[in-house]
Amino acid sequence: MKILVGIKRVVDYNVRVRVKPDGTGVDIEGAKMSINPFDEIALEEALRIRESGLADEVVVVSVGSNECQQQLRTGLAMGADRAIQVDTGAALQPLGLARTFLKIIEKEQPGLVLLGKQAIDDDNSQTGQMLAALWDRPQATFASEVKLDGDTATVTREVDAGLETIEVDLPAVITVDLRLNEPRFVKLPDIMKAKRKPMDVIPLDDLGVSPDGVIEATGFAPPPARQKGIIVEDAAQLVAELKNRGLLA
Amino acid sequence: MSKILIIAEHDSNTLNPATAKCASCATAIGGGCDVIVMGSGIGAVAAQAAAVEGVDKVIAVDAEHLAAPLAVNLAAEVVAAADAYSHVLGPSTTFGKDLMPRIAALLGVNQVSDIAAVTGERQFQRPIYAGNAIVDVQAPADAKVVATVRIASWPAAGNGGGAAVEERPASAAASEHTRYVGIKTAGGERPDLQTAARVVSGGRALGSEENFAMIYKLADLIEAGAGASRAAVDAGYCPNDMQVGQTGKIIAPDLYMAFGISGAIQHITGIKDAGTIVAVNKDADAPIFEVADIGLVDDLFKVIPELMELLG
Repeated sequence: MKILVGIKRVVDYNVRVRVKPDGTGVDIEGAKMSINPFDEIALEEALRIRESGLADEVVVVSVGSNECQQQLRTGLAMGADRAIQVDTGAALQPLGLARTFLKIIEKEQPGLVLLGKQAIDDDNSQTGQMLAALWDRPQATFASEVKLDGDTATVTREVDAGLETIEVDLPAVITVDLRLNEPRFVKLPDIMKAKRKPMDVIPLDDLGVSPDGVIEATGFAPPPARQKGIIVEDAAQLVAELKNRGLLA
Repeated sequence: MSKILIIAEHDSNTLNPATAKCASCATAIGGGCDVIVMGSGIGAVAAQAAAVEGVDKVIAVDAEHLAAPLAVNLAAEVVAAADAYSHVLGPSTTFGKDLMPRIAALLGVNQVSDIAAVTGERQFQRPIYAGNAIVDVQAPADAKVVATVRIASWPAAGNGGGAAVEERPASAAASEHTRYVGIKTAGGERPDLQTAARVVSGGRALGSEENFAMIYKLADLIEAGAGASRAAVDAGYCPNDMQVGQTGKIIAPDLYMAFGISGAIQHITGIKDAGTIVAVNKDADAPIFEVADIGLVDDLFKVIPELMELLG
């Protein structure tokens, strides 16, 4: 079985992003860029499935400009077998991305597609569900446990009320949550090896994907600031303050 | 003029308050508003939805295969009903996050995630980058708007309404490729985090599952929901459904009390809309103090018992 893993290049989760003073966007120039942390967990899961003998190939896919090859190389260094960059200067929205992934799926015929449950830049949490819909296949979102057995996967999902379990037939799209696994660290020899692994570059135009119906961003603003707070000296003062403000009886 | 369809979230007995929050968002958009309730044995839930103020009509689709909230089955029903509507709204809960993009893709549109404010019929504000920026977005004029409503940003509509309930048969058969197995809930008696007026949260500094019981005790004493930072959940001190933050629950209680939580930006984004934030941490430089309305620099193991005594 082949597993396809989506990888998005995003501003590193430790970077505190700020809105540009003129409100035209967020200032990410020179910021450290990384693999979206959820995508890293998706890749780790794919690698573990391959290492357990249930898959024989892991392919990482990213949609973006040449810069996203850095993140694909990191994916190869982690252990993916090969990479596909769908080359475009445009920042695709989830529907366009899902259509793009579908084209790659038609070509690659994976048994499983693993994606992060959301990207930490636009916080949309849409692409996996959209892909499953267009592909007319099952979706198992927010996975904290994945068990494969023949042609089915049993997936535990982190939902608001607790842990839900569903069973899906493969091929399927699974989007992963934080507690599915802890991604491995990349070792230096693996980085060297990754340079020799294959990386296909496919121009987005060759796939005939239409990125229509774009939701336009018309302005950016910093979030409203909270008023500066006070420091109290002890528990008694804290309780008095809360009672004062009518927050505790 | 807009005609809005809201997807009801429920557990077969009770309508989730997120639905009444979506109704407030729909009122802000303007135009007519219907609610679709899907499930099995949903008479009570449909009646609750009919009482939500601002709702014109409730569509009740009752079928056995809709008993479990599987996105693949629910999306088919919503798409079948969507023709008559300009907007389809669902809550930004895990239920809505799972379901709405599937609907959007089947309708061939992009989705607006996490509507925090409405500035026009198709113009909204939503947070990005863990809430570090608010973006104004404009959905295309010639297509349906499919969106999730950021429930921490909206008050619940009142329940003095009296909409009619229209029953409809299911239009699609059960999916053959996706099966519901079950759900494991922590099953506590505490108020639900996403609607609680007060929330008491603990972080990694609690140190163990046993120590985390202090958080529950204090929460119970002041009738609060109990939350946690990602670090505390990852460490196994408490279940996943307690995680507050960018990738957990976004909450807006009147009072939020954080004990031993340092305040990573991913956590802060989940509590920014709280009325009053209280932080207790022995590290005076912890970033949580930057957003706290009331801070106390001290050891939580000393402060919590003192609070229990003062409030008990």
